[in-house]
Amino acid sequence: MLDSFLLEAIAQALVNGVISGTILAVPAIGFSAIFAVLNYPNFAIGALATIGAYGGWVANTVLGWPMEVSLIAAFAAAALAGVLVEWVAVRPLDKAGALMMAIASLAAAIVLENAVRFVWGNGLRGYDLPMLRDVFFGPIRVGPQQIENFGIAVGAMGGLWAFLALTPLGRAMRAVADNPDLARLRGVDPVRIAAITVAIGAGLAGMGGMLVGLDTSIDPLTGPRLVLAIFAAAVLGGLGSIPGAVVGALVIGMVEELTVLLIAPSYRSVVGFVVILMVLTVRPAGLFGARA
Amino acid sequence: MTAYLVFLLVIGGIYALLAQSLALAWGMTGLVNLGLAGFFAIGAYASAMLVKWGGVPLPVGLVAAVVAGAVAGLVVTGATLRLRDDYLAIVTLGFAEAVRIIASNEIWLTGGTDGISGIPGGVPRDWGPAFHVTWLVGVSALVLLVWFALRRLAASPWGRALRAIREDQVVAAVAGKPVARMKAEAFAIAAGIAALAGALYGHYGSYIAPELFAPLVTIYVFLAVTAGGNGRPSGAVLGAYLLIGFLEATRFAAELVPGVSALQAAALREASVGVALILLLHLRPQGILPERNQKAPVA
Repeated sequence: MLDSFLLEAIAQALVNGVISGTILAVPAIGFSAIFAVLNYPNFAIGALATIGAYGGWVANTVLGWPMEVSLIAAFAAAALAGVLVEWVAVRPLDKAGALMMAIASLAAAIVLENAVRFVWGNGLRGYDLPMLRDVFFGPIRVGPQQIENFGIAVGAMGGLWAFLALTPLGRAMRAVADNPDLARLRGVDPVRIAAITVAIGAGLAGMGGMLVGLDTSIDPLTGPRLVLAIFAAAVLGGLGSIPGAVVGALVIGMVEELTVLLIAPSYRSVVGFVVILMVLTVRPAGLFGARA
Repeated sequence: MTAYLVFLLVIGGIYALLAQSLALAWGMTGLVNLGLAGFFAIGAYASAMLVKWGGVPLPVGLVAAVVAGAVAGLVVTGATLRLRDDYLAIVTLGFAEAVRIIASNEIWLTGGTDGISGIPGGVPRDWGPAFHVTWLVGVSALVLLVWFALRRLAASPWGRALRAIREDQVVAAVAGKPVARMKAEAFAIAAGIAALAGALYGHYGSYIAPELFAPLVTIYVFLAVTAGGNGRPSGAVLGAYLLIGFLEATRFAAELVPGVSALQAAALREASVGVALILLLHLRPQGILPERNQKAPVA
């Protein structure tokens, strides 16, 4: 009796973990993609997720757009903010090295976070969503909204894959990530590719911020609360590897949900930090990474 | 007014310790510590708990804080010092966040989000102005002590090797320097200094809570060190006092902006810190007191 109860709890946690991990993969891909092409960790990723969450919220509640269309607004708002941060704060420092760029991105994150706070305050904001009854698969319970978010996250990743694999621009991006010098010799404009990468990476972060917010509510710290899990997913998968970020995010999602069975839910994000330390001790290149 | 100035100078001294910690790790060794707020917190909690609940004298608490900070520094960096520098940035940023979450949740140990209040101040608080002046003398003496020690270290063979590591690890390793060990030593000492600052902060202010150790503290210190000059302890100290002046100036400036709420004014102040840091990184990354080239010793 107790055993079946425990098994059900574990199964439920794994299902929740797959869903939250898939959603986490969206901003984690964004972080890893920027790292792969521009070679620095963009610490504005959390603030960009917040920007996306608020951009989508304005579209959804102020303009009255449906949730699915608002996600595009979330992507666009964060992409715009990301490119702005890159051009104004980060790129002029590229001669000073990756660490200076990382520090500048962190400073930019403070500015973005407070811009959101200035306009919308610290209060919680909710999206305009229909109330739906949870769906049961045997003993496993899932919200329809979660299923839709899961589907959207998978769709966004599929779209990104198609872009990277099938379009010339996507191929150029992968070429720059792989070997910038060789890509330049072949006539790929690194500045243009960098701008597009930042737009896509930041846009994905923004979508991720909104997808996470759809489950509960949003506030100026929605994004920053995600960063430990994003870093953990990216490091676990291997910094700069996009398939790695997806696998890393799924693992982090499931481990987070499983630990909630054992310890207080507020420790969820500490899980990410512990995973980072363990990965860097045992296999610093991560699961899929080539360099460390 | 004098009381206010004394208070600011004590806080400035605490930031001068934090800034010197960063100058050692970042400026001299090239290790970006984005988790300064975490080490600041560890020192504050270690000493506050020992002195308040353990009843040990304040100096013992301070020493314990330094040890706790240094040990935490070794644990956090143990896995990353052989890797690319970006990993250290990610790990330290995560570390500060983890410390804050643990401090918020282990209520039996840290008081949770309520924090710890009534932390002993070493000398009686009802001395009034004399209490603050005593603290000003004590903190300033520690700033001077750390400044002197770091200057000596910077001029020593150890300090030269650290700068060599900062400029090029591979060359330093080829020259026979134990790169990973020296980085760990520098980072641990720096973490200990940050923890000392945290301990002083708790005892002086009598109250600590997780929210006081937000990532913004780390940004403050980066701003201070970038302003003053990150390669020299003198630059870091100067930058810290300038930082306090800047923060107070923004307090008054934010009040002058018409038609904004208190929350909006606070948001403007925080944003101005980020803007100032970006501007400094772009316009004068070497700071007011740039690093000086050292003459090679006469053989």
